[in-house]
Amino acid sequence: MNLSAEEMRKKVLEILAPWRDRRGGLIPVLQALQGLMGYVAEPAVRIVSEELKIPMSEIYGVATFYAQFHLTPRGRHVIRVCRGTACHVRGSLKILDAVKEQTGCAENATTEDLQFSLEPVACLGACGLAPVMLVDDQTFGRLTPDGVSAILAQFV
Amino acid sequence: MPIYRAHVLVCNGTGCASNHAGAVTGKIKSELERQHLADEVLIVPTGCHGMCEMGPVVVVYPEGTFYCRVTEEDVPKLVEEHLLKGRPLESLMYKGKETVAVPHYRDIPFYGKQNRIALQNCGYINPENIEEYISRDGYVGLARALGGMTPQQVIDEVKKSGLRGRGGGGFPTGTKWSFCASSPGPEKYVICNADEGDPGAFMDRSILEGDPHAVIEGMTIGAYAMGANEGYVYCRAEYPLAIIRLRQAIEKAEEYGLLGENIFNSGFGFNLHIKEGAGAFVCGEETALMASIEGQRGMPRPRPPFPAVSGLWAKPSNINNVETWANVPQILSRGGDWYAAMGTEKSRGTKVFALTGKVRHTGLVEVPMGIRLREIIYDIGGGILNDKEFKAVQIGGPSGGCLTQEHLDTPITYESLPPLGAIMGSGGLVVMDEENCMVDIARFFLEFTQRESCGKCTPCREGTKQMLLLLEKICSGKGEMKDIDLLEELGNMVKNMSLCGLGQTAPNPVLTTLRYFRHEYEAHIREQRCPAGACQALLSFTIKQDACKKCGLCAKNCPVHCIPGSRTEGYVIDAEKCIKCGTCFTKCPFNAVLKG
Repeated sequence: MNLSAEEMRKKVLEILAPWRDRRGGLIPVLQALQGLMGYVAEPAVRIVSEELKIPMSEIYGVATFYAQFHLTPRGRHVIRVCRGTACHVRGSLKILDAVKEQTGCAENATTEDLQFSLEPVACLGACGLAPVMLVDDQTFGRLTPDGVSAILAQFV
Repeated sequence: MPIYRAHVLVCNGTGCASNHAGAVTGKIKSELERQHLADEVLIVPTGCHGMCEMGPVVVVYPEGTFYCRVTEEDVPKLVEEHLLKGRPLESLMYKGKETVAVPHYRDIPFYGKQNRIALQNCGYINPENIEEYISRDGYVGLARALGGMTPQQVIDEVKKSGLRGRGGGGFPTGTKWSFCASSPGPEKYVICNADEGDPGAFMDRSILEGDPHAVIEGMTIGAYAMGANEGYVYCRAEYPLAIIRLRQAIEKAEEYGLLGENIFNSGFGFNLHIKEGAGAFVCGEETALMASIEGQRGMPRPRPPFPAVSGLWAKPSNINNVETWANVPQILSRGGDWYAAMGTEKSRGTKVFALTGKVRHTGLVEVPMGIRLREIIYDIGGGILNDKEFKAVQIGGPSGGCLTQEHLDTPITYESLPPLGAIMGSGGLVVMDEENCMVDIARFFLEFTQRESCGKCTPCREGTKQMLLLLEKICSGKGEMKDIDLLEELGNMVKNMSLCGLGQTAPNPVLTTLRYFRHEYEAHIREQRCPAGACQALLSFTIKQDACKKCGLCAKNCPVHCIPGSRTEGYVIDAEKCIKCGTCFTKCPFNAVLKG
């Protein structure tokens, strides 16, 4: 989302408000920032650092520790291919390869046109439907490498 | 309250939802209206039935008719036949191996050996309706606890039940509670570990989605017993539906006076908060989880002090996982003796297993402790997919181990597994067949644990990395025999010297496969061959000339054009150029391409 500096400051302060006098706010704040902008943008983090009096280095440490946070913009559609055990034994590596081939997107990267981001994930907990992938918040199960292109076509 | 003559239960768990259960529900609604049945038949969106493979699942009561793989197109006929004319629709019923339709839920072999306690409401009630939970004796356990039992009596009841931590550790729950209860101080916390990160386990997700009040009630009982007034559910962000359902359930419980201040006029108050995880497997470890709630990097710290003495914000805290909490309400309402009567002497009660992989019926199964693997895989799971040969089962996720054919008749308990090199873990059971390479599986798990290692302690950070490199070397055909000894030595070192459970158990998949499938490692090294045909670098493809019909499909589809030949002379694969992608193998209509 494109926000002017002023709008962004206003939104960030709103997100911070409940956490000024409460402990444990950093992770929920980063989650809300990412929800707002699609990624954890540095200018917003600077505001968080100043207002909550948390050093930038500490925020950077937390943001890079957790897989959920992204420091660079992501694609319009996020493809998460499950690489859990149940999916692995039912051929999820071939699904991942098919997605890479179809989108031209490498693992943990975003296509140049910002259409897709591709993230292999540890487990989506839908093991009964293995192999599984998630496009945005839609789950697709019992996948075959040949079936991948039809699914991705819905998101172009 | 309106009375309905029939209830149509539609599973809305994550599995069925991704199979378009939402559209099926909508269609049932419009068909019921079209047939003027909307006043007589109630649609109930439920949690997971466990048989995700057969989703979307629709169950019609009072008969208890189980319909599976229901599509939108099936709905008009289903409504007309079953709900209007009263003729159950055989074509949509579950069919076993004998292809005979099984009309009733309870007769399906998948459910036959199950004993659902923690899952008792999953798939049976609408998780968004608190009254349905209450009507199934919900909050009776809490009422008993607060209505006359002392905290010590509650702890004694849980001790009597023999319940042990279902998240993997297996520590006796009542004892753990008593440690926290005896720690001094007015500020204490109870925490629910819903950071179910083990690949291949999804029971906690199903309980939160299908029966969130059971967890809330269990935690409130625990908070009373230990003297805590604040609680947290730490749930992974990958489970959005579970978080939504839990949030709704907390609001409802507060509205009904079952959570918040002065519950049941007992003077006891309890507030429950949700914390969303941010994607780190190590946060399933209790001290790391608490660091994450505090807003820090989720890194474990040495114990002691144990959380019961100094946990969240350095206050006495108690952590149990979702399945453990979900068992508590019934232990209080039905008594510790009732629970202790199930299972074995040291492993009481039931355990939920996530049965996945190469088995005919995947899904969640809850069975008494002490059951044999054979019963789970063959009687409940219906045997191996496509009638292939059973090879191994990985129990306990990346912290567990691989068991083989010879262990099929071992009773599964907390005590029986460690001597075999495995652990109960969270209860993931991934079944593998002859086409799964055990070296590849070990490599797969190490890749996972190595990536998820938080990096705090050296044995785990460096040890798992070196083990992974050795396994990759073997899988690519460059292994040496001494690598096996090195792997074993490293594995034992990482196991003994790591700071937390992640590192201490990470070598298990490697050590157990080395123990039971050493010949596969040796085949990779000595013969440069992957017996299961899974390790791509070691594969070779050839065309069996007498089976080849010279159709040319292989050559046409080969992405690197390495199958020269013609329709008259036949085709040969050029092994030098071949990238071992397997396209020719899958495309050949005559099975004339050999993999080995």
